[in-house]
Amino acid sequence: MTTATARVSRHGSSTAKPSRNARARERAVAWARRAPLLPALVFLIIVTQLPFVATLIISFLNWNSLSPSKTGFAGIGNYVQILGDPYFLQAIMVTIIETVSVVLVSLLLGLGLALLLDKKFIGRGLARTMLIAPFLIVPVAAALIWKHAILNPVYGLINGTLTWIWALFGSDTPPQPDLLSSAPLMAIILSLVWQWTPFMMLILLAGLQSRPMDTVEAAQMDGATPWAIFRHLTLPHLRQYLELGGLLGAIYIVQNFDATFVITSGGLGTANLPYAIYETFYYANEYGLASAAGVVVVIGSIIVATFALRTVFSLFKKEAAR
Amino acid sequence: MSTLTPAEPTSSVPTPPARTTGSRRRGKSRMDPTRNNTAAGIAAWLLALLFAVPVLWMILTSFHSEVDAATNPPSIAADLNLDAYKEFFGATSGVSPWPSLINSATASIFSTVLVLLLAIPAAYALSIRPVKKWTDVLFFFLSTKMMPVVAAVLPLYLFAKSAGALDNIWFLGLMYTSMNLPIAVWMMRSFLDEVPVEMLEASQIDGAGLLLTLRKVVAPVAMPGIAATALICFIFSWNELLLARVLTGVVAGTAPVFLTGFVSGQGLFLAKVCAAAVVISLPVLFAGFAAQDKLVQGLSLGAVK
Repeated sequence: MTTATARVSRHGSSTAKPSRNARARERAVAWARRAPLLPALVFLIIVTQLPFVATLIISFLNWNSLSPSKTGFAGIGNYVQILGDPYFLQAIMVTIIETVSVVLVSLLLGLGLALLLDKKFIGRGLARTMLIAPFLIVPVAAALIWKHAILNPVYGLINGTLTWIWALFGSDTPPQPDLLSSAPLMAIILSLVWQWTPFMMLILLAGLQSRPMDTVEAAQMDGATPWAIFRHLTLPHLRQYLELGGLLGAIYIVQNFDATFVITSGGLGTANLPYAIYETFYYANEYGLASAAGVVVVIGSIIVATFALRTVFSLFKKEAAR
Repeated sequence: MSTLTPAEPTSSVPTPPARTTGSRRRGKSRMDPTRNNTAAGIAAWLLALLFAVPVLWMILTSFHSEVDAATNPPSIAADLNLDAYKEFFGATSGVSPWPSLINSATASIFSTVLVLLLAIPAAYALSIRPVKKWTDVLFFFLSTKMMPVVAAVLPLYLFAKSAGALDNIWFLGLMYTSMNLPIAVWMMRSFLDEVPVEMLEASQIDGAGLLLTLRKVVAPVAMPGIAATALICFIFSWNELLLARVLTGVVAGTAPVFLTGFVSGQGLFLAKVCAAAVVISLPVLFAGFAAQDKLVQGLSLGAVK
C-alpha cells in the first residue's frame, strides 16, 4: 500500500482516496523529496527576487541620495522622465544596436568556423584551442587589450601593421584610422564580436557533431550538392542551435558592462543601458531614475528570455524524449 | 529533413569521385569523403590565427620593454624581458596586485564551494528522485539568470551599505553564488541524468542506503561534471566586474577592479597593461582549457550535449 501511494505520487496526483495516515505519509515523502531543493531555491529567491522587488518599489520614488529631503512618491514620474530623456533613449538604442549586431556577426562567423572545424584537417585540435582563447580572456583584460594594444591610433597593432605594409610598398603615408574616437561604438562591437564568436562556434560545433550522418550520406549518394546538403539538411538541424546561441548571447550581451566601461567609459554616445544605469545611481545618485531604467531593462530581457526559454525547452524536450 | 529536394532525375550521374584531390592524406573521413579538406584546413588555420592574434600580441608585448611596446610599426623582434611583470607586481610603484588577486581567489573559491553545496542536492531533487513539477522548478532557476544584474544591484548596494557589508569580500562571494547557482543547477542536473536508472535501482534492491548509493553509484558518474561545473563557476566569478565595482572598494577590490585602474593608462604603460592582462587571465585560461569539453554544455545551460 505505502509503496503504491509513493509510486502514484511520483507520477502526479493520485486519484484514489488515501486514508489520513497514508496522506500524511505521502506528504512526508514529498517533503523528503523537496528538502534537498529548498536551500538553493530559498537562497536564490532571497538574493535575486527580493532585490528586484526593491528595485521595482524604488522606481516609483523620488530619491536622490544627495538631497534626502526631497524623497517621496513619484508615481510613474521616473518612467516618464526616462522615456523622454535623450540620454536614456540613446542608451536604449545603443543597447539594441550593440546586441543585435554582436549576436548576428558572431553567429555568422561562428557558423563559418564551426563548419570549417567540423572537417578533419591537420592540427584541428590546436586550431580549436586557439579559437577558444578569446573567450577565456578576462573581459576587462580583453577590453583593455583592444583599447590600448590593438586600436590605439598611435601605437596600436592595427595602425602599426598598416604602417608596416605601406612601408613594404615604399609609402610613408599609411592610413591611420582612429576607431576609438571616430566610431567608438564600432570599437566596442568589434571587441565583443571577437569575444563571443568562439562561444557561438562551440555551440554550433556541438550541433554539427550531433547531426545524423546517415541522411547526409544518403543525400550524397543521391547526388546532392554540398550546398543542397547544407541548405536542406545541415541548416534545419542547426536551427535550434543557432537560436540557442543567439538568445543566450543576447542575454549576456544586453548586460554588457565591462567593454563599455573600459573602452569608452560610456563617452561619445556609447553608453548602453547597464552603463547608463550604473552612472545614474553610482555617480548621479539618482536612485529612483536608475531603478526605473533597471525595470525597463528587465522588461526588455523578459521579452528576449521568453524566446530563450522556449528554445531551451524545445531542445530539452527533444533530449528527454531520446 | 523531408524538405530535402527529391532525388534528381535518374539520368543524373551519381557524385563522381572527382574532387578527391585533397582527401588523400587522411583518406576517407567519416564526415565527407568527397570534400577537399585541405582548403578547409587552411581557411580554419588562417581564421584561428586571426582570432588568436590579439592574445598572442598581448603575450608578446608583455615581454617587451615599454619603449619597444609602444612603437609604430610594431617591433616584433625586440628583446624580451620580464620588466613589465616586475613592474606589475609593484617593483617601483609600490602598488601590489596581490591583495586584489587574493580577493578574487577568495570570492571565487568561496562562492564555488557554496554553489556546489547548494546545487548538488538541488540537482539531485530535479534528476534522480525528481519532485513534482520539476521542469517548472528547473525553468524558474533559469529565469533568474535572465534578469540583468544591473536591475538588482542598487538594492544590493543599499542593503550592503546599511548592513555594513560594503567592501566585504565574503558578501561579494555570496552575490557570486546567486549569480552562478542557476547555471550550476542546470549543468549538474544534466550530469546527474547520465547516471543510469538501472544502476540506481540495482543498488536499491541490494539494500544500499542513500549515502552508499551516492558514493558508489552517483559520484563516479557525476564527478567529471561536478568538476567542470566548479571550474565554470570559478571563471564567471573571477571575471565579474559590475558587482565587484559597486560592492567593493579599497579593501575588497578584485582583480578586474584592479585592472580598471589601467582604463586611462598612458602609452608608456602598454607592456605593463599587457602583463597585468596576462597574469589576471591565467587562472581563467587554465580553468577554461581544463573544462573545454564541458564548457559548451555549461554555457548552453545543459541544452547542448
